[in-house]
Amino acid sequence: MFKILRKEELSPNVFSMDIDAPRVAKKAQAGQFIVLRVDEKGERIPLTIANFNRETGVVNIVFQVIGASTMALAAVEPGESIIDFVGPLGQPSEIKKFDGTVVVVGGGIGVAPTFPIARAMKEAGNKVIAIMGAKNKDILIMEDEMKEVTDEILITTDDGSRGIKGFVTYAVQELAERGEKIAQITAIGPVIMMKSVADCTRELGIHTVVSLNPIMVDGTGMCGGCRVQVGDETKFACVDGPEFDGHLVDFKALMSRQRMYRDLEAEEKDHICNIGLGRK
Amino acid sequence: MALSLKKHEMPVQDPKVRAHNFDEVALGYDEETAVAEAERCLHCKIPQCRKGCPVSVDIPEFIGKIKERDFDGAIEKIKEANALPAVCGRVCPQENQCEKYCVLAKKGESVGIGRLERFVADRYMAKNEEVKPIEFAEDAQKVAVLGSGPSGLSCAGDLAKMGYKVTVFEALHKAGGVLSYGIPEFRLPKDKVVKKEIENIEKLGVKFELDAVAGRLFTVDELMEEEGFDAVFIGTGAGLPRFQGIPGEGLNGVYSANEFLTRCNLMKAYKFPEYATPIKVGKNVAVIGGGNVAMDAARTALRLGAEHVYIVYRRSEAELPARKEEVEHAKEEGIDFKLLNNPVEILGNEEGWVSGMKCIRMELGEPDESGRRRPVPVEGSEFELAVDTVIVSIGTGPNPIIAHTTPGLATTKRGNIEADEESCATSKPGVFAGGDIVTGAATVILAMGAGRKAAAAIDEYLKSKKK
Repeated sequence: MFKILRKEELSPNVFSMDIDAPRVAKKAQAGQFIVLRVDEKGERIPLTIANFNRETGVVNIVFQVIGASTMALAAVEPGESIIDFVGPLGQPSEIKKFDGTVVVVGGGIGVAPTFPIARAMKEAGNKVIAIMGAKNKDILIMEDEMKEVTDEILITTDDGSRGIKGFVTYAVQELAERGEKIAQITAIGPVIMMKSVADCTRELGIHTVVSLNPIMVDGTGMCGGCRVQVGDETKFACVDGPEFDGHLVDFKALMSRQRMYRDLEAEEKDHICNIGLGRK
Repeated sequence: MALSLKKHEMPVQDPKVRAHNFDEVALGYDEETAVAEAERCLHCKIPQCRKGCPVSVDIPEFIGKIKERDFDGAIEKIKEANALPAVCGRVCPQENQCEKYCVLAKKGESVGIGRLERFVADRYMAKNEEVKPIEFAEDAQKVAVLGSGPSGLSCAGDLAKMGYKVTVFEALHKAGGVLSYGIPEFRLPKDKVVKKEIENIEKLGVKFELDAVAGRLFTVDELMEEEGFDAVFIGTGAGLPRFQGIPGEGLNGVYSANEFLTRCNLMKAYKFPEYATPIKVGKNVAVIGGGNVAMDAARTALRLGAEHVYIVYRRSEAELPARKEEVEHAKEEGIDFKLLNNPVEILGNEEGWVSGMKCIRMELGEPDESGRRRPVPVEGSEFELAVDTVIVSIGTGPNPIIAHTTPGLATTKRGNIEADEESCATSKPGVFAGGDIVTGAATVILAMGAGRKAAAAIDEYLKSKKK
């Protein structure tokens, strides 16, 4: 059992949770993910690690309530426990001193997993710029935390209520136009956002890493559900990734696969709401 | 009394009924049938059956005990060699092992060794006898077992009985490996059989740590250098599923058998939405492959509500690698065998879902390196199979995590861990490996055999280390 130490609603339906998982915290590295299960009948939910502290043994995750399983997770209160918390999984981000600026791009809750990467990149001696995108200023998350581990942050909102009006790619363009020498961009967020960033940087000739969160069951290299097409190769996000070269990922197939269970998820959500008691 | 040339039938659920439920298909012998079947054993002077058993169960002895109605004696005899008799009685391919060598098989059907093993194992389980915990010496040496599948369980059980303190590390949230995530409930009941067998090993004093991904949460070196383990057994099993590499494998509605079965068996998706993991099965399902896993996937699809399920296999019936009984059961349940056919493309609709599968007919040519006749495509024989779900069951490759995180551990070109066939020793001192991670996908009993051999070799290694 893994105890929830803290829960905070960062914006409507977006939660940050601290989990007491010392062994995972001890081994976690930027870019890796965990798989959790809320209770005995729960799904295995993969989430990219948002923060970890080796001294306190705490691992932080940020998630959005989108289906029955994340709803059940959001209902767990501090002091209560979840049944499984497995990790750290996947390959860590490549952290080194780059020849040029390192940019992390986070869209929506995708900002959260860019945090440990930005921090590690900064610690490795890089100049780090964060681009944070949100629909509007009210749902922007982790601004203060990101400021602390970067040299500069650029905010974009769809409605223009904060920062640049438009998508994160506008900020990428802006950096390029002002002559920022960018060595690498890491983009994490909705698939369509990562695709847009990759399309934009392809033209600019900037090496781009994306972190994928496809359908996954075990997360340890057994089920093969998380396969993605990367260039000519079929890769498995859980053991080969989750980070891949954004210019080689087949985003179209990925987006299609994400829709596989959409109708069942809706059905399940209804099922839970109707009883009003959760799944337990 | 003339000797019957046929085995006593084992009662099974009616095919029409069982095709729609997940309850066990085969129901097992009763006492009288078991004794009568045991009577068929001729007790050959030089019994051949034993040499067909990968763990060398003393088959004539245990059958003799059944004849005498000493069922406790029979299970004791089996347990000397086999840590998981209720599992093996159900899933071993006996027709290629012990029963193949039975002298009766020359004229008719062999003694039903597997059925007898199952009978005494089930009878023992039903008695729920207390397992006596082992009293470990205070300075007992410690062994880490990575993976709680058949090889890990048999290795752990044997080592505990030898007095070693064993901890089994399992990546998933449930112990059992393929016994839990792979083999379906209707062939191997989880609560009634798998859970109990594991509990019995736990009661011996073996520790189980779940949610512990070896190679990520800790490395093999850390176990030995920091956590005080004197030896490590790697039994992490088969890994990532192979795909054919044909167009359309990324479409929605294409599953690997591993994913399909894991959703159903481990995550209990067949009870969705009571259990939260979803699974989708269309009306018409094609399963590619001819092994036990393919049969399991096909029969699971049927039970999940598919109307028509095909097995698409590129060779002929004689080459089907699945257990004979599984093929027979699948046929009885209405699985449609499309033999000598090979998929060349999975077709999709505009929304990215499977809409059909293009296949080509095959014929058997000259024998290939496996000794089986090589299937060759019949030119111009392509045809389309109308399916909306495709389950790929053509084998698995090794999981890369441990090999990548353990310096000094030699692997084969394919990425399997190199280990000595007899001792299971790897290139790294104190580290042993066995089961599918070494051999590639094989059977439960072969993995158990490797676990046993490794336990014996670890015992020898640790004794010499202590001196």
